[in-house]
Amino acid sequence: MTPFTTLSSRAVPLPEANIDTDIILPARFLLHTEKHGLGRFAFFERRQGGGFILDDPRLTGAQILVAGENFGCGSSREQAPWALADLGIRCIVAPSFGEIFRANCIRNAMLPVTLGRADWLRVLEAAQRFEVMAVYLATGRLDLANTSIGFSLPPREREALLDGRDEIDLILAHHAAAIAAFETRQRHDQPWLWETHHG
Amino acid sequence: MPVTLYDRLWDAHVVAAEADSGALLYIDRMLLHEVSSPQAFAGLRERGLRPRRAAAHLAVADHAVPTRARHPIADPQARAQVALLEANCAAAGIEYLALDDARQGIVHVIGPELGFTLPGITLVCGDSHTATHGAFGALAFGIGTSEIESVLATQVLRQQRARTLRVRIDGVLGQGVSAKDVILTLIGRIGAGGAAGFAIEYAGSTVSGMSMEARMTLCNMTIEAGARIGLIAPDDTTFAYLKGRPRAPVDAVWEAAVAYWRTLASDPVAVFDREIALDAAAIAPQVSWGTSPDQVVAVDGVVPAGAGKGALAYMGLSAGAPLAGLAIDRVFIGSCTNGRIEDLRAAAAVAQGRRVADGVTAIVVPGSGLVKRTAEAEGLRDIFIAAGFEWREPGCSLCVAMNDDRLDPGQRCASTSNRNFEGRQGIGARTHLMSPAMAAAAAVTGVITDVRAL
Ligand code: SF4
Repeated sequence: MTPFTTLSSRAVPLPEANIDTDIILPARFLLHTEKHGLGRFAFFERRQGGGFILDDPRLTGAQILVAGENFGCGSSREQAPWALADLGIRCIVAPSFGEIFRANCIRNAMLPVTLGRADWLRVLEAAQRFEVMAVYLATGRLDLANTSIGFSLPPREREALLDGRDEIDLILAHHAAAIAAFETRQRHDQPWLWETHHG
Repeated sequence: MPVTLYDRLWDAHVVAAEADSGALLYIDRMLLHEVSSPQAFAGLRERGLRPRRAAAHLAVADHAVPTRARHPIADPQARAQVALLEANCAAAGIEYLALDDARQGIVHVIGPELGFTLPGITLVCGDSHTATHGAFGALAFGIGTSEIESVLATQVLRQQRARTLRVRIDGVLGQGVSAKDVILTLIGRIGAGGAAGFAIEYAGSTVSGMSMEARMTLCNMTIEAGARIGLIAPDDTTFAYLKGRPRAPVDAVWEAAVAYWRTLASDPVAVFDREIALDAAAIAPQVSWGTSPDQVVAVDGVVPAGAGKGALAYMGLSAGAPLAGLAIDRVFIGSCTNGRIEDLRAAAAVAQGRRVADGVTAIVVPGSGLVKRTAEAEGLRDIFIAAGFEWREPGCSLCVAMNDDRLDPGQRCASTSNRNFEGRQGIGARTHLMSPAMAAAAAVTGVITDVRAL
């Protein structure tokens, strides 16, 4: 995973509440079995007819998305963050996130920043003014032109993003013995989870 | 210290505790389907790894499969996706239920049916409605594809402990009112993100009195309230449902398992972070009017004032409009929310002796092969066909519109599924969520109808 350090860019303002992952990546495009190249399907319906904020030429290359409440709710499809990543989005700022979507972001080196209403509004307004803003994960700051806003992340998520470390490698390196010990114990205590009774 | 059911299940699966109430949790079971798994298998291959515990997983194709003419699947992309699942499972040694297997069906319907889902386990699936299995007192939650890869490789997941929310539902549901109406009422009350960060436990006399099918409907839509986990403590109803299922333990091991399962409840004095109470007797049949599942009212209600303009424009409705009497084009009875045998019985009871209204297309898609065969044996298929419904093969179908079942732009559908999102049933499709009995009532009248008055 690419380590997340800092980024500086304009931000796409999309304050609508309850944007679900079906809107972000409509289900019919889930027939693709690849991870990459999904950006062309992102917000597909919303982009029909032109004028969708994501296509505003002033936002070309924007790496930040300022989204509304409960962003990414609904389906667990990881294709949603993959599609956003494919468009170059590295950080999403919202009052709240769909939980599975949020976990999927972390697994894809994408930073979800949760802010209280007042701070979120300031960031949104800056995005709507096409201001360049900067995100510093190490210090937990989001800098606007004339103010700096603090944010926090559970330490292990922060470290995972900063290190760009691979979750599976890490578990296999540090926890293999604990997993094996758990299995031995469970096999003894709950044999029905280990024996096969079916044909 | 008294603990909740959620904490009890969590504690029983901690492989390594971490700071800030995080932990590595052992995962006992995983269900796999064609849509969320290909990139996980590819990732595993790139690492040169094989599944740590192939026997802990079960795979089936459900999302992209046609509900008629499915041998072979006409759509080349869907055909390739299903073939890829089969090939991935064969290479990994994971059991795969093929399309022509009598047990094929929606992941969340077949897991319980086969006794793959058991009380006290952790169960995951790359699908947000995995909460369904919480009806058995299993710690079950939806995950993304990267997490599927983690489970395949390590059998554990790093998770953050949730806060606990108990929803107590007491009293007797009125005639024509079902578990679907209960969960829609809850979502309408607390909002689509209302339970985010919580694990819900459903309790109270209404829940204890529910069948497993009804409990699954209740837990299924927990995600529509923003929570990943919905739990019900297992009881005699749970054990009676599981006994004799193909993968359930037998004989002395069954007895030992039941003895353990009986310990899976919240302590009477356990403190939840939040409590909500619902009065079952006060719940009316619900109908969603908007594009988020919390945009819902009783069938005799109206589209609320102050409803979002975007949702109203999409749905072709205006504030103050009554829901009852609204003409519909399509009816969908099925999905992991309401595609089980009791759901089909409830719909058939309404359809019996009536005819699908002119101009309405109504389809019944059983949740699994077992549901389908049971319904056929009980004569439900004949009732539906006589009434003018189409009778299909099992799958997700019009719940997600990834196969050839989809609505045309602007069409309005009475649907027993779980999501009324924009485009969910096709581009520009308008979905009204409701119970199976209500959907059948809409089918035979051609308009949204209070089933209690039929
Ligand atoms: S029936 Fe619908 S909600 Fe359930 S698993 Fe299939 S697509 Fe998902």
